[in-house]
Amino acid sequence: MAQIFPEWTNTLPGKIILSGGILVILVIAGIWYYWSPWYTDVGYQPVQPVPYSHKFHVGELGMDCRYCHTGVEVSPVAMVPPTQTCMNCHAMIKTESEQLAPIRASWESGQPVRWVRINKVPDYAYFDHSAHVSVGVGCESCHGNIADMEVVHLDQPLSMAWCLDCHRNPDPHLRPVEDVTVMGWVAPEDQAERAAAIREALDINPPETCSGCHR
Amino acid sequence: MNTSKPTTASTVLEDAPLVQGGLTFRGITEKISGIVEGRTPSLWWLLFGMALSGTLILVGSIGWLVYEGTGVWGLNNPVGWGWAIVNFVFWVGIGHAGTLISAILFLLRQRWRTAINRFAEAMTIVAVICAGIFPAIHVGRIWIAYYMFPVPNQMDMWPNFRSPLLWDVFAVGTYFTVSFLFWYVGLVPDLATFRDRAKKRIKRIVFGALSLGWRGGNRQWKHYELAYLMLAGLATPLVLSVHSVVSTDFATSLIPGWHTTIFPPYFVAGAIFSGFGMVLTLAIIARRVFRLENLITVDHLEKMNKIILVTGSMVGYAYIMEFFIAWYSGNIYEVFAFINRGFGNYAWAYWIMFLCNVITPQLFWFKKIRRSIPVMFILSIFVNIGMWFERFVITVTSLSRDFLPSSWDYYSPTTWDVLTFVGSFGLFFTLFLLFLRFLPMISMSEVKGVMPEADPHHGHAEGLQDKLEGESA
Repeated sequence: MAQIFPEWTNTLPGKIILSGGILVILVIAGIWYYWSPWYTDVGYQPVQPVPYSHKFHVGELGMDCRYCHTGVEVSPVAMVPPTQTCMNCHAMIKTESEQLAPIRASWESGQPVRWVRINKVPDYAYFDHSAHVSVGVGCESCHGNIADMEVVHLDQPLSMAWCLDCHRNPDPHLRPVEDVTVMGWVAPEDQAERAAAIREALDINPPETCSGCHR
Repeated sequence: MNTSKPTTASTVLEDAPLVQGGLTFRGITEKISGIVEGRTPSLWWLLFGMALSGTLILVGSIGWLVYEGTGVWGLNNPVGWGWAIVNFVFWVGIGHAGTLISAILFLLRQRWRTAINRFAEAMTIVAVICAGIFPAIHVGRIWIAYYMFPVPNQMDMWPNFRSPLLWDVFAVGTYFTVSFLFWYVGLVPDLATFRDRAKKRIKRIVFGALSLGWRGGNRQWKHYELAYLMLAGLATPLVLSVHSVVSTDFATSLIPGWHTTIFPPYFVAGAIFSGFGMVLTLAIIARRVFRLENLITVDHLEKMNKIILVTGSMVGYAYIMEFFIAWYSGNIYEVFAFINRGFGNYAWAYWIMFLCNVITPQLFWFKKIRRSIPVMFILSIFVNIGMWFERFVITVTSLSRDFLPSSWDYYSPTTWDVLTFVGSFGLFFTLFLLFLRFLPMISMSEVKGVMPEADPHHGHAEGLQDKLEGESA
């Protein structure tokens, strides 16, 4: 009886098993990399209805984050400022600017400007700005150096692993509470000791349990 | 020289031959291969149609469950584990006979296992597939079932290795893998027989690929038998470990009636008991339909009945011991849990369980009953029923009367619970019927190995004796 299979098939089962194993590893690694917010979300930079420049207002004029984002120290949400906040200055400065036309239109009609939200955690995750800002986690730690952004983009992935990184080891991100809004902050050389002192003083115990965030 | 005396003694002590009806090596090959090579019987089509309908019911009810959520089941507040868990434990338990027969009986040199091991192993694999469905669907959001596996992800989600529910995933997964390998390795020589007998090219290619280049040479047999022995050694602890782990799903909790140290051995005994019950049910039907009475003889069935008697008695001992320990512990909650089990809201289920698992198998003390096929068929069905009820009693009675009397409730299944369970039988029989149709249901090579013709000295002894007698005369 003639052979059913040619000789090269002798090594085929081993090759199939080997490539199957490699394929499984590649699929897991691929999903881990390409489906993570690091890859899909970071850098998200939508066009806003008004070309507001954080770089100019914060970086050059030196405005504090809290001038506009008034809720950040006292409530879960930092709050997007109402048109009123813009008009505090722009009622008198650059009143004829073409770029500010939508702000004036909003001011006259009473319809808010539809800013596009960039930083968003899912509904099933509870996040409180005040709890973070009041213990010395800088705005910059999550939002990046806003003073350097002409148009704001998503700086961090906001994934659960990213949250947990800091909840498990907050020390690199702790700074004196009065410095939370400072942009371009550089950790001092003795950051470890300073962070330990802040943790001690403010009794910082970031929750790592499920119900810490999924309430 | 006095050679006739030991021969006579061994003849008296010798068991009845395992293969009867004067079947030869060739006869066995023809018989087993003929089942697969012949035309598909219309009875097979009828049964397969029914089984496939059942599978569709399963697919449909799982689809509805996924779409609508676990609210379609009868679960309520204290009873958060219902039929899904009952069915899981039921099917895993049934899956225990295969490995026991193939591994432990192999290591114990129980040669009678050869007639039923292939069949029982296939049943094991199919039952474990049915079992695996239930924990996967009972999580509700089945698209995140991958949380149970340690794969890197952007959530830093990692399985909780302290949870027995996770041990389950690995225990059942390992069991399935090893059982499958064991079954497949055993199949290789028979698949090669099919390849060599195949007339169509496509069959030659398929069976040729599946038989992995088996030629049946001396060296191949040497390696093969060593591999088989090692797999048997690997599989043996699994027979004991899998259902022990399943039992820890219950035993590591604090619910009275679950939190008992007797659970692992009690579950293992129950699993073997239920597995043999199912093997017996299927074997009795198959040997009749395929006319295999000479291979699966009444002696084989009697031996299985003895195992059912032993394991059934162990299960009965556990039932009674649970009551004793509840009383002896002096813990009023424990006492309540067991009094409630026997005489409370689910007493009807308890006594069905007790009757089917403890009382009726005792009939196997009588040799006549052990060898009566109609009686043992009915008793094997009783075992299947009783063991399903055992899991129901364990899961539901303790939960429905938990620590907080204000939340006590009575659990009843919904139509969807019932349809899912019925559907799982559909899947079981679909896969099993496919096995019967396309693969050798009895291990030809192993059965031949236990026949007297396989003994290298077969035929020589008589010849030698004649010669010696001739010389002395």
